[in-house]
Amino acid sequence: MTDTSSLSPILSVEHLKKSFGTHEVLKDISFDVQQGDVVSIIGSSGSGKSTLLRCINFLEQPTDGVIRFHGKNAETEWSRAQYHARVGMVFQSFNLFGNMSVLKNCMAGQMRVLNRSRKEAEEKAMLYLEKVGMAPYRDARPAQLSGGQKQRVAIARALAMDPEVLLFDEPTSALDPEMVGEVLSVMRELAASGLTMLVVTHEMAFARDVSRRVIFMDAGVIAEDGVPEEIFTNPKQPRTREFLKRVLGE
Amino acid sequence: MTQLPSTFFGWVGFILEKYGPLFLNGVGVTLIVAITGTVAGFVLGLLVAILRTIPTASKDPWYKRLPIKALSVLLGIYIEVFRGTPMIVQAMVIYYGGMQIGLRLPVLGAAILIVSINTGAYMAEIIRGGIISVDKGQKEAAHAIGMTHWQSMIYVVLPQAVRNIMPSIGNEFVVNIKDSSVLNVISVNELFFMSKSAAGTYLRYFEVFFITACIYLALTFTVTRLLRLLEHKMDGSTNYTIYGSQSSSEASIKLPREGGVPLD
Repeated sequence: MTDTSSLSPILSVEHLKKSFGTHEVLKDISFDVQQGDVVSIIGSSGSGKSTLLRCINFLEQPTDGVIRFHGKNAETEWSRAQYHARVGMVFQSFNLFGNMSVLKNCMAGQMRVLNRSRKEAEEKAMLYLEKVGMAPYRDARPAQLSGGQKQRVAIARALAMDPEVLLFDEPTSALDPEMVGEVLSVMRELAASGLTMLVVTHEMAFARDVSRRVIFMDAGVIAEDGVPEEIFTNPKQPRTREFLKRVLGE
Repeated sequence: MTQLPSTFFGWVGFILEKYGPLFLNGVGVTLIVAITGTVAGFVLGLLVAILRTIPTASKDPWYKRLPIKALSVLLGIYIEVFRGTPMIVQAMVIYYGGMQIGLRLPVLGAAILIVSINTGAYMAEIIRGGIISVDKGQKEAAHAIGMTHWQSMIYVVLPQAVRNIMPSIGNEFVVNIKDSSVLNVISVNELFFMSKSAAGTYLRYFEVFFITACIYLALTFTVTRLLRLLEHKMDGSTNYTIYGSQSSSEASIKLPREGGVPLD
């Protein structure tokens, strides 16, 4: 475990539990995320990775536990709008707004939630569309784009809110293999720029090469948490070893 | 007395000449009732559908959950009652029932009221279907950038829901043009009522109602085409421009878009 007690974390998850009916998906999860951390959350399907991310963003209501953002309870001490603006999310299925152009997708939240002017929202949207290489498509509708293009727009939409933390829920899982690269390279740039990122991923190369910390989840608990070199070359837990052996095919 | 026609088309011409203004009058009333009834019914249905989709969390206090629950039950009853009884019966009950409790509705007002609440009951279910048809992920994405339930409904879900149900709205419109004819039972002087009066004078029912059928068909056909055009407008351009091609910043490529509505 990385020693983080000396720094004040930007995001902390304290004793998070989530059950669907009698099925307990998350069993007492606790961890801290520091400013600028790039954390990959790996683990097999059904281990609770996505649910964890969705609980952090309150798309699922946690059954128990506290999420703290800058030390304050995200549920009670932050307004929902402010919290969501600062903790953004990128989805596996992109979830772009089908009734809006690429540009409008990136402006809607800025104007409705942050009350930015149209002009300011457009400038910011174009800045980030530029950054993900989607500026030329600003007038296209989501239905006219490829999967990789959609995901890059979704990332621009999240970035336009000026988030401090960005959550990625399997951002490349719905993409054709040749489109995975374009999305990963955008994420790599974001990681280098110092954005705090929590990435649920099946891309072991990303987890190993880009993230600075890897959390391995198994059956609703954090089985192992450490720097990528350690997890990938010298995992302590047998179940981590087993998982890595399976996904890396060694 | 003038010479009466002896052929079918002779009669048709004769009736058109004699009762043209009467038919036009009937068309006017039918259109007023159908258009206002459909629009008001749509607004009513939208309200009902939105109210019925207000999310309640089980941890909300009872005084917050109870009114929403009660409202939802009442709206459910409204939909069941007005979808489950014929409009012709609703017309009688509302018009004469109103009279009995001393509420003398003007006939045209009663007609519009009846068509509106009848359409509202159907529209509520159509719009609910439209809301369900919008991918849940988009609502989550709207929440994830901080939009409230209402904002996500207004800016993301409803525009797409309404677009998706345009064909059904068109159906309702056409049904209202035709079914407003049942309102002749409360003496609304719409097209059917006027036709009946016209037919009565010379007892030429076939000729008169042949004309009436043609008028109804012309009305519904025109309305259907207009709604198709509206759908096209809602879909926006089928092309989009890619800005800043590498060779020249002026260059733009037009790409076709998949899907769309048949324009025929």
